[in-house]
Amino acid sequence: MSSDLAIEARGLGKLYVLGERGRSPIRRNREELWALRDVAFEVERGAAMGVVGHNGAGKTTLLKILSRITAPTTGEARIRGSVGSLLEVGTGFHPELSGRDNVYLNGAILGMRRREIKAKFDEIVAFAEVERFIDTPVKRYSSGMYVRLAFAVAAHLEPDILIVDEVLAVGDASFQRKCLGKMGEVSNEGRTVVFVSHNMAAVRSLTSRALWLDHGRIAADGATGDVVTEYLASTIDEEVSGVVDLTENSSRRTVSKFTAQRVRFTSVSLLDADDRPMLAFGEGTPLRLDMRFDVREPVRFLELYVRVKSTEGQRLFTSFAGQIESTVYPGRYRSICEFPENPLRPGRYVVELVARAADPEDIVPSALVFAVEAGHLEEENMRYVTRADGIIRVRSTWSGVERDEQPASALAREPRLVGP
Amino acid sequence: MAAAVTTEKQQPTLVIRPPSGFAGLGVGDLWRFRELLLFLTWRDIKIRYKQTVLGAAWALLQPFLTMIVFTVVINHIGKVHTPIPYPLFALSTLALWYYFSNSVNLTSASLVGSAALITKVYFPRISVVLSPILAGLVDFCLAFLLVAGAMVYYGFAPPVHALLVPLFVVLAGLMALGLGLVLSALNVKYRDIRYAVPFVLQLWLWATPVAYPGSAVPAKFKLLYTLNPMTGVVEGYRWALLGTGHIRVLHLAISIGTALVLLLGGALYFSRAERAFADVI
Repeated sequence: MSSDLAIEARGLGKLYVLGERGRSPIRRNREELWALRDVAFEVERGAAMGVVGHNGAGKTTLLKILSRITAPTTGEARIRGSVGSLLEVGTGFHPELSGRDNVYLNGAILGMRRREIKAKFDEIVAFAEVERFIDTPVKRYSSGMYVRLAFAVAAHLEPDILIVDEVLAVGDASFQRKCLGKMGEVSNEGRTVVFVSHNMAAVRSLTSRALWLDHGRIAADGATGDVVTEYLASTIDEEVSGVVDLTENSSRRTVSKFTAQRVRFTSVSLLDADDRPMLAFGEGTPLRLDMRFDVREPVRFLELYVRVKSTEGQRLFTSFAGQIESTVYPGRYRSICEFPENPLRPGRYVVELVARAADPEDIVPSALVFAVEAGHLEEENMRYVTRADGIIRVRSTWSGVERDEQPASALAREPRLVGP
Repeated sequence: MAAAVTTEKQQPTLVIRPPSGFAGLGVGDLWRFRELLLFLTWRDIKIRYKQTVLGAAWALLQPFLTMIVFTVVINHIGKVHTPIPYPLFALSTLALWYYFSNSVNLTSASLVGSAALITKVYFPRISVVLSPILAGLVDFCLAFLLVAGAMVYYGFAPPVHALLVPLFVVLAGLMALGLGLVLSALNVKYRDIRYAVPFVLQLWLWATPVAYPGSAVPAKFKLLYTLNPMTGVVEGYRWALLGTGHIRVLHLAISIGTALVLLLGGALYFSRAERAFADVI
């Protein structure tokens, strides 16, 4: 084997046995799941490799094997040089201990030597911007301070090989920018990096080569740009038809007790510019929602609503078609609701459909789940703003940063009346 | 986990493979991560009495209050008499017993308590089992100050062989480590351990000559008394510190033997179970 390889993996596999453990020794009802299957790859010394794939594709399992947290079921991996793994920021932080103590403890857990931490201590604290609170127990920290300190320790880790899982999805935007910068530095210093992320922009900017895992197997391995494009494309044709069935026996249907059911939705789909049903859209792409419904008895004052929610159920916005004053007679109907402006930031969203005529007629709380993918329209300066900062994108313009000539003290002295 | 570090062209290569056979306890890794062990121990000491009003006084109160209860119940009501003042008699063995039982209690819960660490970082898992045992020594030393105070109060001069006391403390620690290795690993799979351990330790206290001298044990219980692996530890410690009672080779042999078997068996079981910790915990 060449000594230029930092990581060499062959036939790596990980089998999980699902089902209740420690119960019956008779192995019935046991489901087996290969979280990783026949994974082979090589990473050259000093290279940065991204790992992309859906949730449950085996990305974290791969990182856990490489960082020795869990053992593989098959295959082997050879690792040359010291490994630092960062599957989470703040691992081992103890709330009762001060920031100072936690820096030492966390550093030791991540594999740093005491004198190494000591040498970098001031730098870590300055990076985290928590100088004033360094002797305060971290349970008194704001979540932002906590995350900054945790990341700062991790960012000062200097192993030969750095293994990083989705840890950039924390902290505020400016701090994330700082972290990305630090990560970039790390990969430029000749360190080998393996980086898992759902943030395609980060994967693109930090790595030159990427691995796409799909159901535990390698689906693609190559230049980051190509692999990411291929991966994003796959997420779009994933659901072949893209039309969601909403009839009686559909899994989308939940029993709705308080609806009259004279009107019933039968199907819904989101259309792209060519009227093809799609479940994934690039950022900023206009959305057109095609809904079909049956009217079973004549209905007056019919109202249709389309609601877009976050996957956590937070209502983001609602569109109302207006009341239809004339009677709608029984039959099959179709209506299209268009959103020319799509302000949604990358992520998954849920469409709720409501039909009412004075009283609710039909409600489908999660009629359709669709994805907005990053990287298509993402503006350069939005790259560092995460979902934690908000999931709606609003156009904005900024003046440059100018010197404020009026002294701040003058402003403070000016009496201002607020309210009556 | 089977992981070997070999040197190839002066470049350490770590080979990660599916586990097979006895992988060892990773003593080499434990040495490489020795600073982590010290940090974990230091953390255990530092947080033990955080945000308590009495702080480290708890380390003194536990044996002290138990000693008072014992003095009333065993000495005054039960009429068990000892060659030296009973409070000093009970206090000195209680200090050792609390070290042992707290160690077993804390170690058996240690892996599950560190689940967040185990699933996110690699380090020799045995460090979290070891750290409460090391940290417990601080509590023992504090409690021992109380014992020294009682000696001054009663005008008791310890014999020369009191210098052997540390040996018995180490023996108690090793016994706790052996048990801790087995129990902590079992606790990962079967959380029943968490409920069983405190209860069993309470029963064990009464089966061990902590509150009473070995000579007070009736003949029909002698076999149980002899087989109890803590008998040798406690009696030996008391003999060393207070010069009362007799140190018996048989008791001591049973204690040391049990500790060794527990350590070996515990290490074996732990190293096998260790591979699956991150998946099962």
